[in-house]
Amino acid sequence: MAVAAAAGAGGELRLLGTWSSPWVIRVRVALGLKGLSYEYLEEDLASKSDLLLRSNPVHGKVPVLLHGGRPVCESLVILEYADEAWPGVGPPLLPSDPYDRATARFWAAYVNDTFLPAFRALFRSLTEEQRAAAFENAVPKVEALDRALAECSKGKPFFGGDAVGLVDVALGSHLVWIRAVNEVAGTNLLDGARFPGLAAWAERFLAVDAVREVVPDAGKVLEQYKGFRAKWIAAAGSTSKST
Amino acid sequence: MAEGKNKGLVLLDFWVSPFGQRCRIALAEKGIPYEYSEQELLGTKSDLLLRSNPVHKKIPVLLHDGRPVCESLVILNYLDEVYSGKPLLPSDPYARAGARFWAAYSDKVYELGTRLWKLGGDARAKARAELLQVLANLDGELGDRAFFGGAEFGFVDVAVVPFVPWLPSFERYGEFSVEEAAPRLAAWARRCAGRESVAGSLHPPEKVDEFITMLKKHYGIE
Repeated sequence: MAVAAAAGAGGELRLLGTWSSPWVIRVRVALGLKGLSYEYLEEDLASKSDLLLRSNPVHGKVPVLLHGGRPVCESLVILEYADEAWPGVGPPLLPSDPYDRATARFWAAYVNDTFLPAFRALFRSLTEEQRAAAFENAVPKVEALDRALAECSKGKPFFGGDAVGLVDVALGSHLVWIRAVNEVAGTNLLDGARFPGLAAWAERFLAVDAVREVVPDAGKVLEQYKGFRAKWIAAAGSTSKST
Repeated sequence: MAEGKNKGLVLLDFWVSPFGQRCRIALAEKGIPYEYSEQELLGTKSDLLLRSNPVHKKIPVLLHDGRPVCESLVILNYLDEVYSGKPLLPSDPYARAGARFWAAYSDKVYELGTRLWKLGGDARAKARAELLQVLANLDGELGDRAFFGGAEFGFVDVAVVPFVPWLPSFERYGEFSVEEAAPRLAAWARRCAGRESVAGSLHPPEKVDEFITMLKKHYGIE
């Protein structure tokens, strides 16, 4: 349900992003779920706009949400802001009970601070040895998330319960990249046999309209990833072929 | 329904932890009574800690009627939401977003400062440069205001102030001066020192430095 006028609460919305950034996808999913319309501005990270550098002087990174010209930075901060600046517009990303909110924030922080660094090591691995070590290190983090899903969802479809919530968006926005890395590395990080709960959740998340509308094409992401790896391999002076 | 012995608030903590101190300061600012439970971290962790934070096995953990809340900033948000009385976060959504941004950012002070005493050579030099930038950014954000919260001591102040007793050690290992690199931040630190909640929760820099020296021995660092 689009609420085009909702952007009027304090001014127009603009989002600075890059097409494949999972952190940008998080924000696009959240805005889409709330039916908030915004102007999307694609950034060239090799040549950042003045607007980006002025709006996020501390990190110089995307996503940046500009609301009536005022910048909000860091994807999880933006997600909580979306709940608070537009209360009652679309479903809330955070539950109403304080203890459940604390649980959601804990797992969103886990995705950022524990899961993603482990995934990043797999994402950046060039040799078979690095891949194996990174994969082994990442699996326990996936196990923890699988248990978290059971704990948070209480048998419902999402971490957020009946509707997509903060943790769903925080983790789910990385699925397209997890799949690209799995394909290149020959790994199966969200192994359906090992983690049936999480694998089923992934399919459900990717089927949500607001998600389907903004997740980039898997083929394009794969191509971009292969391009990155070719550059890293060249830089490392490695003799292994890029796959 | 919580049993009698599990009722109320228990904070699993470690005396010198700045993340634990964030919680102690918040509880004191809000006038909320709680039981402080010192945890053994370098030796054997207690069953209670392992049960309460199985994912990270770290303090601080706030037990509320027996239910654990983990991660210092998650605990701070929780306290604001559960207890009426003096809020740490501002009420305006945009200001709240700013507070959450800067509180999370301030973690870097500890992360980078720790690298100064753990690492040497190029890694230390890199950490030093990054820490100076972080301190400058915090200094800029504070500006000419009394507190990060504006006129009132608030969320970001609580998040940052526990790192203050660590700064003299970081200065020594990193060979820099906070007074020079971030003068407004230095003045803010002095301003906060006399605050009851802060004075009652923080340890003097000498104690922190002794702790770092002990940790270095423990980790076999030169």
